[in-house]
Amino acid sequence: MAPLIPEIISPEYNYLVALIVGLGFGFALEQAGFSSTRKLVGLFYGYDFTVLKVFFTAGVTAMIGVVLLSHLEMLNTDIIFVNPTFLPSAITGGIIMGAGFIIGGFCPGTSAAAAAIGKLDGWAFIGGATIGIFAFGEVFPLLEDFYLAGNQGPLLFYDVLGIERITFALILTAVAIFAFVATGMIEDKVNKKPVHILSGNWKKKTIAAAIPLAVVLLIMITPSRKEFTMEKLEARAAAGECKPDLIDADKLAFELMNNYYHYNVIDVRSPEEYEEFHIATAINIPLDDLHSTAYRELLNQRIQTNVFYGASPAQAKKACLVARYHGNTTSLALDVTAEDFRNTFYGEINIPENPTKSEQTVALFRRRAAEKMKEIEANLASREKPVQKKVTRVQGGCS
Amino acid sequence: MDQKNKFMNPYLAGVLLGFVLLATIYITGRGLGASGAMKSVAVTTVKATSPDHYESTAYYQDYAADHPDGPMKSWLVFEMLGVLIGAFLSGALSGRLGLKLEKGPGVTNTTRIIGAIIGGMLFGFGSQLGRGCTSGSALSGMAVMSFGGIITMFAIFGGAYALAWFFRKLWITR
Repeated sequence: MAPLIPEIISPEYNYLVALIVGLGFGFALEQAGFSSTRKLVGLFYGYDFTVLKVFFTAGVTAMIGVVLLSHLEMLNTDIIFVNPTFLPSAITGGIIMGAGFIIGGFCPGTSAAAAAIGKLDGWAFIGGATIGIFAFGEVFPLLEDFYLAGNQGPLLFYDVLGIERITFALILTAVAIFAFVATGMIEDKVNKKPVHILSGNWKKKTIAAAIPLAVVLLIMITPSRKEFTMEKLEARAAAGECKPDLIDADKLAFELMNNYYHYNVIDVRSPEEYEEFHIATAINIPLDDLHSTAYRELLNQRIQTNVFYGASPAQAKKACLVARYHGNTTSLALDVTAEDFRNTFYGEINIPENPTKSEQTVALFRRRAAEKMKEIEANLASREKPVQKKVTRVQGGCS
Repeated sequence: MDQKNKFMNPYLAGVLLGFVLLATIYITGRGLGASGAMKSVAVTTVKATSPDHYESTAYYQDYAADHPDGPMKSWLVFEMLGVLIGAFLSGALSGRLGLKLEKGPGVTNTTRIIGAIIGGMLFGFGSQLGRGCTSGSALSGMAVMSFGGIITMFAIFGGAYALAWFFRKLWITR
């Protein structure tokens, strides 16, 4: 699953990738006419909305692409770079940039495109921008508090609005199309031409507007790949196919006492429940996350058998099915809940009066098992925790 | 204007740019940028001309810590080299190369150059305060639906619109 760097493509190639995507970026900017300063500022006087058209089309195209790739589980949106939100500095910096835009006639990317084809004002702008950045560095101590104020981290717009990601994508796409029509009208009026945006070739225009909307709607109504997989799994499980193998509490305790290193015990409840109580040696992967590619290697270790348990046997079975779906054939599900396991071993273990031999054996075994499991857990706690693969967010932005 | 010099249809160019951005996110997990490369140039200049100041200023030292191989060994520097090459190729293909100065009808060359420098200074300064420019913050931020990125976008365009009337002599009136 993407991003391809660093897992699939080595980070060493990152600079080469930068050069290549930069090439595409520069080519697209120049082709769009962004090397022309009068075309750029046309947006602010109404005679040329090229900037808005190119900018919004690019933004919406990339956004729909990101949502689509994530829907198909081809891109992990949890780790891609999301610009952090610091509202005071973002708004102030943005307005200063706006002033720079209207006075200088460029933004940094477009000034480079202009400079590349020989525009002297492009070079002047680059020189100015470098001085401006230097000036910021010099006065940074004075601005530091303001710069760092209001940190909200990688905040997402749809979370702020409290709506689904795909709903936000639909709204933004619709807004963009509306803006294209409206600015098309304004542009013609300002240039004193007959308004032509809604006339002529309207079929082509409708199709062009319908394609992005259709893609977004399609993402909206179809289940994501994860949902699809889970539905298929549940259907198969309900049909009696692919029954997970079960393990009972005493057997698990016995195995942990004697050869715990052969077992990979996984608690699929929430981290809070896990903190409260977990079976000795268990690690915590909430059921919802189990599907993630980050855990695939962990689930497919050849020398270890996975044992899943949860707040209900059904949860454990589901986890077991997920593991099986991803190629692990030896996974087991605990046939009792975490709570039952706790009561069985750490609760009161009474030996009835006149016990049968087997009752006595079981009770004694459970007492010994509880001791031993505590011991194992204590030993493991003092050792290094098992190496967990940590997937970190990509660093990006303009630094 | 003859056919050869014509710009691409803006929507087509937008889709092309969108796919470049999407490919960047897909491959590297990060978006595009521009002002960061100019920061590398600024920091390199400081380092070369006044090493003492460079060593004693926390701002540059923070930057050095993020770029252990030197300020020019940065993703955005390589990306911007690509931009220069890509734009040059595009200009060459469409016959737009040549030393030129573009300006409003009522301004002199000197005014235009001074305007570009001052505008650049403001944009450079603002991009540092706002953590990215039109490319790194607004465009890439929109692609990943970042709240801060989209707010910055509105602030840039809103700021420019609000000030457009005051600077109309630079662009549209004589």
